[in-house]
Amino acid sequence: MEFFFEVLIGGLLAGVMYALVAIGFVLIYKASGVFNFAQGAMVLFSALTFVSLLERGVPFWLAFLISLVAMLLIAVAVERVVLRPLVNRSPITLFMATLGLSYVIEGFAQALWGAQVHGLDLGISDEPLELGGMLLSQFDIFAALTAASLVALLSWLFNRTRLGLALRAVADDPLAALAVGIRLQRVWVVVWTVAGFVGLVAGLLWGARLGVQFSLSLVVLKALPVLIIGGFTSISGAIVGGLIIGASEKLAEVYLGPFIGSGIENWFPYALALLFLLVRPAGLFGERAIERV
Amino acid sequence: MFYREAGQFNTRYAEDRRVFALRQDRHGLAALLLVAFVVVPWLGNDYWLSAILIPFLVLSLAGLGLNLLTGYAGQLSLGSAAFMAVGAFATYNLEVRVGGLPLLFSLALGGLTAALVSLLFGLPSLRIKGFYLLVSTLAAQFFVTWTLTRFGWFSNDSASGVISAPRLDIFGVNLDAPAGRYLLTLTVVVALFWLAKNLVRSELGRQWMAVRDMDTAAAVIGIPLAKTKLLAFAISGFYLGVAGALWAFAYLGTVEPHGFDLNRSFQILFIIIIGGLGSLLGNFLGAAFIVLFPVLLSNLVSLLPGGLIDAGQVENLQKMFFGALIILFLIKEPEGLARLWQRLRQRARLWPLRY
Amino acid sequence: MTRTAATQLLELDNISLSFKGVKAITDISFSVAAGEICALIGPNGAGKSSLLNIISGVYQPQRGRIRFDNRERRGMRAHDVAVRGVARTFQNIALFKGMSVLDNVLTGRNLKRRSSWIEQALRIGRAGREDDSQREAAERVIEFLHLQPWRDAWVGTLPYGLQKRVELARALAAEPRLLLLDEPMAGMNAEEKQLMSRFIVDINRELGTTVVLIEHDIGVVMDISDHVVVLDYGRKIGDGAPDVVRQNPEVISAYLGTRH
Repeated sequence: MEFFFEVLIGGLLAGVMYALVAIGFVLIYKASGVFNFAQGAMVLFSALTFVSLLERGVPFWLAFLISLVAMLLIAVAVERVVLRPLVNRSPITLFMATLGLSYVIEGFAQALWGAQVHGLDLGISDEPLELGGMLLSQFDIFAALTAASLVALLSWLFNRTRLGLALRAVADDPLAALAVGIRLQRVWVVVWTVAGFVGLVAGLLWGARLGVQFSLSLVVLKALPVLIIGGFTSISGAIVGGLIIGASEKLAEVYLGPFIGSGIENWFPYALALLFLLVRPAGLFGERAIERV
Repeated sequence: MFYREAGQFNTRYAEDRRVFALRQDRHGLAALLLVAFVVVPWLGNDYWLSAILIPFLVLSLAGLGLNLLTGYAGQLSLGSAAFMAVGAFATYNLEVRVGGLPLLFSLALGGLTAALVSLLFGLPSLRIKGFYLLVSTLAAQFFVTWTLTRFGWFSNDSASGVISAPRLDIFGVNLDAPAGRYLLTLTVVVALFWLAKNLVRSELGRQWMAVRDMDTAAAVIGIPLAKTKLLAFAISGFYLGVAGALWAFAYLGTVEPHGFDLNRSFQILFIIIIGGLGSLLGNFLGAAFIVLFPVLLSNLVSLLPGGLIDAGQVENLQKMFFGALIILFLIKEPEGLARLWQRLRQRARLWPLRY
Repeated sequence: MTRTAATQLLELDNISLSFKGVKAITDISFSVAAGEICALIGPNGAGKSSLLNIISGVYQPQRGRIRFDNRERRGMRAHDVAVRGVARTFQNIALFKGMSVLDNVLTGRNLKRRSSWIEQALRIGRAGREDDSQREAAERVIEFLHLQPWRDAWVGTLPYGLQKRVELARALAAEPRLLLLDEPMAGMNAEEKQLMSRFIVDINRELGTTVVLIEHDIGVVMDISDHVVVLDYGRKIGDGAPDVVRQNPEVISAYLGTRH
């Protein structure tokens, strides 16, 4: 029984990491209305920049700051070059543009910093902690706490600041927001930077776990099932979705794996999301679109 | 000046429906086909045939498959490579396990198998719309590749999981030489493109476009949404399956799941974005671009002072360039190279006049 | 042509519709005689479009019955309604923007096709002949509505008034028994309205099509309709010949305005 809980909690904690990546998506989707496929590339880029600076002897906090600035610059460039020209186009067009964007950022990241795997040591030991007869990873717990504080920070940002109000207005109706004087471009740059920040944190956590390497950008694909279950527009949904995906993926691998074969976690989240969609086409927390004829 | 259009009138509806309305265009097409079928295999060198023309043709076919589903019927899909894999493995297993099947027949059956699988993963489209539908085809992509790797039966239980394609024989004529493989591919591609041309101009083609443009209105005027969408998935799957089989048999010579991964799906999506969604010619243009661009880039790089850019960097540069090009096309010319070509032709029709 | 006054093509009986607690339509009953032009009028939000959506099968009413052509319709969806011979236009133009005018009109005729998609793909069987007959029928509609010059134009590039006409052509192409028009003259100037009215009357008189239309221009309504139904807040407050309805005090106060 304890084994089950161990696997479950391990999965939940992994789910927290998925949720972190998904939150980046939600932010951008809420503000720009686009599913940013390049989020994974952004996670990779930010983590690579950070790690490469560290390797060159730059102190931790300075490296963090520089990486953040890099994300800001990317946000500005993206807004100017990609979002503005495509402002009225269909969501599928925007999605395909972010697909192209992901290729650009990935290529750039690897051209700049190389394709080797970089180890990342965040100074948190990975020694297991014993809690109630179960072995839990200290690192996972740290990641969960980080995610929680990040969410709290974001909630405060969205709900208690004027900037947050502007963000929510833009998410709801960009044209109306324009009409009341909200500077759309500013808001977009801010959102993409914040998403970049979230991506950086996610990248660091994932990188510490897996090593900072190219496959990090594939993690982003798992965010899609998370978003489908949690809805594209809800941060709490992203968390719940992440937890569900993380847990179910691990459980399936451990309990179903011996019967059908290993590697289930490659497709299980998608199958789960698909089933979910068939029952609730708008996700757990998402908004139902009402079509007016 | 190139086009003397005076005196060319259509007197019957059938004439009006022709794809190439101008006599010059029809002659041009005939000449092109002549060159493709006769001149190229006779004069072409093996490198061009094997490494450029065959993949170009197969990727055009794959692009067409995805274009039917996404460009015409408006159902976004990231699972194209998975359906190609199904076609490749189905054809392989048929050839190896069921003796004496004519090659073209196995190809067709491989395509049909892929059609069925595609239909299955297309069922969610009846309930899920637009962007969310991606999940279904993504699930297909990962599930199919997992299944084909996991269960050795598909690879005839070979130890490495990689299998070689059997000999290509049609009516007793062996086609394993580059020219033979090229002709086989060319024939299949031309035949399937002809079929596709008829399809997109038929009632089904219009129904696809109606569903793509506004499905509620389509339902109101009597278009059966379920049948239309499912046919799109099935027919698209068939085309992708045949393309996959050709990719494995006529191009690579081996059949293995890793060549049909998510990157391949992206590649095909790029082909139709660059070539032009909802266009037949676009598939050729996009495929030509995808096949020739890396060759051009590495040739360009080799012209630069040695060692300036190493091989690894070339790949990264290529990636960046592709991505940038996708964005550029989406902004400037969302209808892709096909539209650019159309505009060029319009100018050619009037040249040397301007309007 | 002769019109049998007793033949009711469409009968609505105690129709009620609500959206999550908001009552859009309450207890509406009326009949539309075959061959007449019936206008649905009323202030904004009165439920006219919702009623049209119910008739065309897009919405399902919570209560009430519909009889079309003397046969009861039970929970019929839009597709089946179209098969029965009902065609419509939309308030916000619902044309297929990626196709030409001719193609849009041809889609309107999709139910008349008999050949299967395989026959059409292989160009065998009835495909070729049907292509010709479909085209001929589409051309007749295009001629009827004077759309020949724009036959091959992409509908997205046409001005608003023309787009509305193309939508009408698409609906006509289906050779419907009942034509539902949702504000066919919205956003048009006086000249365009005259033209559109002329077309609607021609459709009714020459083709014998029964028309139900939603319209705000009272002048047009009084001119061309045989029968007027007035809605207000989801209820019916007037039903009869135009002259009778215009004198109904309830209608006057709710819709036409009172003199102070």
